Amino acid sequence: MDAYEKIRCARKAGRPTARDYIQSIFTGFMELHGDRTFGDDHAIVGGVAWLGDIPVTVIGIEKGHNLDERVYHNFGCVLPEGYRKAQRLMKEAEKFHRPVICFVDTQGASCGSGAERRGAGQAIADNLYELMTLKTPVISIMAGEGGSGGALALAVADDVWMLENAYYSVVSPEACASILFKDSSRVAEAAEHLKMFADDLYKLNIVERVISEPQDFGEEGWDVEPFMSSLKMSLVGRVGELMNQPVQKLIMERYEKYRRIGRYKEIDVHNV
Amino acid sequence: MVIEEYLASTKEVTCEKCKEPIVQGALAKNYFVCPKCGKYNKIPARARVELITDDGSFKELWQEVVTGNPIDFPEYEEKSTKARDTSHENEGVICGTAKIKGTECCIYVMEPKFMMGSMGTIVGDKIAALFEYAIEHGLPVVGYAASGGARMQEGMLSLMQMAKVSGAIKLHNDAGLFYMVCVTDPTTGGVTASFAMLGDVIIGEPGALVGFAGKRVIEQVTGETLPAGFQSAEFQLENGFLDDIVRRNDQRDYIGAMLKIHSSDNESDMPRMRFHELHLKGHETDYKNFASNAFARLKEIIHN
Repeated sequence: MDAYEKIRCARKAGRPTARDYIQSIFTGFMELHGDRTFGDDHAIVGGVAWLGDIPVTVIGIEKGHNLDERVYHNFGCVLPEGYRKAQRLMKEAEKFHRPVICFVDTQGASCGSGAERRGAGQAIADNLYELMTLKTPVISIMAGEGGSGGALALAVADDVWMLENAYYSVVSPEACASILFKDSSRVAEAAEHLKMFADDLYKLNIVERVISEPQDFGEEGWDVEPFMSSLKMSLVGRVGELMNQPVQKLIMERYEKYRRIGRYKEIDVHNV
Repeated sequence: MVIEEYLASTKEVTCEKCKEPIVQGALAKNYFVCPKCGKYNKIPARARVELITDDGSFKELWQEVVTGNPIDFPEYEEKSTKARDTSHENEGVICGTAKIKGTECCIYVMEPKFMMGSMGTIVGDKIAALFEYAIEHGLPVVGYAASGGARMQEGMLSLMQMAKVSGAIKLHNDAGLFYMVCVTDPTTGGVTASFAMLGDVIIGEPGALVGFAGKRVIEQVTGETLPAGFQSAEFQLENGFLDDIVRRNDQRDYIGAMLKIHSSDNESDMPRMRFHELHLKGHETDYKNFASNAFARLKEIIHN
């Protein structure tokens, strides 16, 4: 696939959404609503569930499949209250040392005057801040679109996994083409240069695992079951490993992992 | 001294807003505030450091590090070279230690003229390392944000700096140390969505643009017509995201006072020390006497 086809694939309406993953991988999901301050953002679906015999908190950005659902879920564009709701659920998970699994699929944080008034930037910042030292394992799965800070706010994690044809980018390839190349038709080229696809991000140590997609992934009638059960097996295994680590080691390694990204040996506390 | 050079300069510049010509020396004398329209013009980072810190107290850290092209993005070298020439800085942030009204602190000041103050890996790495340095030495951090957001030319490596710096601030916070930040024109995108909004105290400059999404983007996406003053510092104050708006000529005093009241060396600290003695003794971690190994210290902080 070339870059343009990959972008289309990442955005394809038939791809599983957060609710599909929750239904296929977890059992006994009980949804929890609201940020306890302002409202309930429908772009975030979250709650408690069982991953095999492990109680977990699962949080996903939901896009919906058809137009009605998409409107209801605000096209997967999360409002500040959505990020705060996610954080509330993460803190609740931390209290009971329950692992957190996130599914990320968003073109970006919700863009509008309401989001700005309610502190879109502050809400994202606060999630990055709290997630870094959350005292419980966190795994985030980039399932489709990974739109910049709006995606990162649910993806400061011990492990970030990425579907083969998902993308995760600092800026949308469209915006990059029009801002830097002054030519909105050069989207595919921008996408290539941004290194936003799974294999590149794996090489850059930004994602820990690439999940391969079957040929007909997200097409009408594709075989959901084997894909989901294999993903479930991977999650069970990794969550088990992470839960066996002392919590301070877990957090230290999480911090060190991000600390190493774009690290210069000259820039160091001891090099002054 | 950079400020002296500015003050002595008879070169004519134009105000960012009213476009009236002003002699640079006169503008500098007025804290770079336009004497005609009152617009807060951008201050070069190095001049800002001089305005805020006590004379001769600033010691810069990691000044010499220069950007490469980590993901081989087209035309990046040309742009960063040009940015170095126009800003006379190696990167988009100056970091160091200094005293402000007598209180020792770490300070970072972003350079708005270096690729619009955008945050790439060096900016992120320097600020993260500065917070680690502050943890190691038990110091507060004072920051000046001015940024268009994450730097596109370093792709996802730039985005990850948001997480990295936010994490370093969290560790600094958990060490019981104070961080205050002043948001200046413009503070947007990934910087607003990370370290600009994570201060114990957050102040802004009058009229500064402070927001997450760009105004034009919001108008295009939503079809809304946004009112004048949308995403101004005053708007952020009104919506509860800033502690106060502080004029430039008051900022040194304000920051000095804020550092002093948060300092544990404070002579008027008796009631708090008494509280400590009664309730926290034996449980607190004495960060000042920690072993010099930063890594060990970070571990210990997390452990507590």
